Amino acid sequence: MMRKAGPVDPTEWVDRYGDYLFRYAMLRLRDRSRAEDLVQETFLAALKVRDSFSGHSSEGTWLVAILKHKIVDHFRRQSREVPLPDEGLPDSPADEPFDANGHWTTGPAEWGGNPADLFRQKKFLEQLTKCLAGLSPNLANAFTLREIDGADTQEICKVLRVTETNLWVILHRARARLRDCLETHWLGKRPAEES
Amino acid sequence: MLSCKDATQLISRSMDTSLPIVARIRLRLHLRICAWCARYKQQLLVIRDTLRRADAAGDRPEERAGETLSEDARERIRKSLRNP
Repeated sequence: MMRKAGPVDPTEWVDRYGDYLFRYAMLRLRDRSRAEDLVQETFLAALKVRDSFSGHSSEGTWLVAILKHKIVDHFRRQSREVPLPDEGLPDSPADEPFDANGHWTTGPAEWGGNPADLFRQKKFLEQLTKCLAGLSPNLANAFTLREIDGADTQEICKVLRVTETNLWVILHRARARLRDCLETHWLGKRPAEES
Repeated sequence: MLSCKDATQLISRSMDTSLPIVARIRLRLHLRICAWCARYKQQLLVIRDTLRRADAAGDRPEERAGETLSEDARERIRKSLRNP
């Protein structure tokens, strides 16, 4: 957890909290310049309401809460710019590696080693975030809210303005595509293509 | 008998909500006999777990090395805070 600290001079915020906020934003936005912009907006918003900071939480926690709002706002805007078609997501045969009877054509490969230890490997996380960045914003944002933030599905439906049925499909597609991307690039099972 | 295609959909949904009892039992039976779907589920959980751990490590620079604000951004933000 963020160490508890008293209020500091706002110009010191950058050194004290800048990288922490940046990593928070980067994991969710997958875009360096956008993450940097939102960190800046967070500090500026915090500066305006600094007097209302109660000191009940740590300053770091308070700043993250502001950033979190900004990220959700960004997702909300993005979902308006790139709305889902009314009929939902187009079907892509690549999404489902199954034959006509619903059996796997090529089943999931073993990822090697103890799967529970994969998170310790820095390269695995790197590849995972690359794969996430390759998803369309609709899929990636829903996935981020659900899997990283643990938001519940009704909340996500409101932010992204999709029906719950559509959200199930979106999350299923996002998970299936990410898993497939990791299998391809992490295992090098197929020749790596840059997405 | 549940197909693998349907099973993967239920696996995903079970990560977001609790499944109705019948679906839950069908999925459990399927996973007991289908090693591929069981592996699929495990891999989805590894993905979730990896991201949540990375997020929790956000204030431990040694685990998230290389992910820092650029000097330019740092300077720009400082400037904007001085003259908001």
